[in-house]
Amino acid sequence: MKLKLLASISISLLVARWRQTLVAAVGVTFSITMFIALLSFMAGLNAMLDGLIINRTAHIRLYNEIQPSSFQPIEHYGPLENGHHFIRSIKPKNDRMGIYNSAAITETLKHDKRVMGVAPKITTQVFYNVGATDLAGVINGIDVDAETKLFSFKDYVVQGNYIDLKNTPNSIVLGKGAAEKMLVQLGDVIQISTPKGEQFQLKVVGFFQSGLQEIDKVQSYCSTQTTQKILGESNTFMSDIQMKLVDINMAPAMAKEYHKVFGIEAVDIQTANSQFETGTKVRTLISYVVGITLLIVAGFGIYNILNMMIYEKMDSIAILKATGFSGKDVNAIFIAIALSIGVFGGLLGLLFGFGLTALIDQIPFNTSALPTIKTYPVDYSMSYYIIASIFSVFTTYLAGFLPARKASRIDPVIIIRGK
Amino acid sequence: MGKAILEAKGISKFFHDPNTIKVLDGISFTLEKGEFVSITGKSGCGKSTLLYILSTMDTDYEGDLFIDGQSMRNRKEKELARVRNAQIGFVFQFHYLLNEFNVLRNVMLPGLKLGVLTEEEIEHAAINKLKILGIENEALKMPNQLSGGQKQRVAIARALINDPLIIMGDEPTGNLDKKNSEIVFDIFQELATNYQQSLLIVTHDQEFAARTKRIIEMEDGRIIN
Repeated sequence: MKLKLLASISISLLVARWRQTLVAAVGVTFSITMFIALLSFMAGLNAMLDGLIINRTAHIRLYNEIQPSSFQPIEHYGPLENGHHFIRSIKPKNDRMGIYNSAAITETLKHDKRVMGVAPKITTQVFYNVGATDLAGVINGIDVDAETKLFSFKDYVVQGNYIDLKNTPNSIVLGKGAAEKMLVQLGDVIQISTPKGEQFQLKVVGFFQSGLQEIDKVQSYCSTQTTQKILGESNTFMSDIQMKLVDINMAPAMAKEYHKVFGIEAVDIQTANSQFETGTKVRTLISYVVGITLLIVAGFGIYNILNMMIYEKMDSIAILKATGFSGKDVNAIFIAIALSIGVFGGLLGLLFGFGLTALIDQIPFNTSALPTIKTYPVDYSMSYYIIASIFSVFTTYLAGFLPARKASRIDPVIIIRGK
Repeated sequence: MGKAILEAKGISKFFHDPNTIKVLDGISFTLEKGEFVSITGKSGCGKSTLLYILSTMDTDYEGDLFIDGQSMRNRKEKELARVRNAQIGFVFQFHYLLNEFNVLRNVMLPGLKLGVLTEEEIEHAAINKLKILGIENEALKMPNQLSGGQKQRVAIARALINDPLIIMGDEPTGNLDKKNSEIVFDIFQELATNYQQSLLIVTHDQEFAARTKRIIEMEDGRIIN
């Protein structure tokens, strides 16, 4: 009953000043719209930029590092009593690049519930023979299906069919940059030489474009079998095991665990690519700051309008208090006005924000560096809408707080006697 | 006669700005049920100040005030608001109607605030009050469509809505012409005689005062008669 009465008074005051109210609400709407559009767009860009690297990078990569033994034979002797050993210039032994026992490790990982998928990889240096010159390059031997599933390999093959890599023996998907340098077309046969000096002929079945030019100039892909053949290794040979996890945040801990369990090197994505996370954080922070600034400006608009309203409605406030409304009631009336401007403007803002985001999503965005992107990327995450709603209510409450307090403290005697 | 519904005991008040001035000096009097009392005096004698203290709106005074036997000293703002709502009806020189609401709603507001009756009952009561004042036909108009005299009558209806113990008026006829003043006075008179409504009216209109049952005359913050 009492709430209903206060609400009806608030509504009447709002309606009586509907023009100002509308301006205030439009301010909130605008800021919420921009807040959502800005954050969605920024998050979309972030996701795209991170995706350039992160989508195509293993969460954890297991590999065999060729390095000198950390344990020297003299250490079997125990700590020396009267001296100390100095062994300098330790060199790594002629060791193989492959992971020992790779099949068993892969099998174990596939049964680990925290692991989303496992993809083996063989990386090897090669030279592309172009006439008289050799171009340095890298061939990644991949399991085409696993690579497509985990790292969207398919999306980055811009010409040719990715599956041909699996179905055609001795085939290669060339990096776009490398292909341009070598002037080859689909279906051509190129010649490469391995670090050991052996030569090999491969049929070009596709072109690959990652968006990172440096990579496209050197990297090419073959199937694991082809790569094993190139290297003259057995069909269990594998230089890397890549995996994606269910929860990316567990990567550092799990990398340590695998390093211990399997006794091989394990590097997690956070360690390998810390710069991307930093960039994302800073960009997100900037968009939040801009969005919140917009909201605060809108808050000042509401503050002004409420202040004006209170000056105009001094008499009404005085008579309400004279006829038995307490300061608290008056306070509630003005807070309700502020909040309804916030809620109404905010709701419209959410709608418009969604509309603007959808519009941005339709704007064509073609760049040769990003073959999979056709329009501007946006992120429709619900969280921005929730944050925007909370902030719109919060700032309008703050904007209404001081004027409402002022109204509640109006002394009716001063107003009425002043007439 | 009836029991005392309002009792002032040695009420004094000081204005401190710019110098300390004693505006009320030990005012004591009682008002009984059904009395129609006017407070008169020259401008600046403190009669309005006294009224605002008696109405509980001004709490900065010395002495004690009893309404319906209850002391009003050291009460919380909310409790005083409740007292004003339930037991005091106000009529000011200016009507102070809310332009956002129609006449009926204006009259109903204090009743809705009191929240004892349902909205329908309050509406019914409000129409009754408007009938007493002869303006029930204006119930659905907005205040700015009414004449000054009609507005003042609506304000009186609003003062009556919660059947208060006492109606206080601060120069209720001050802004009205002769004819409308006459109407307002007759309404007060009728309320006092027919409905045993207690009235305490501040006025400097000697003619008005002379016709009330009892006159409290003030000068320099004291009651002289």
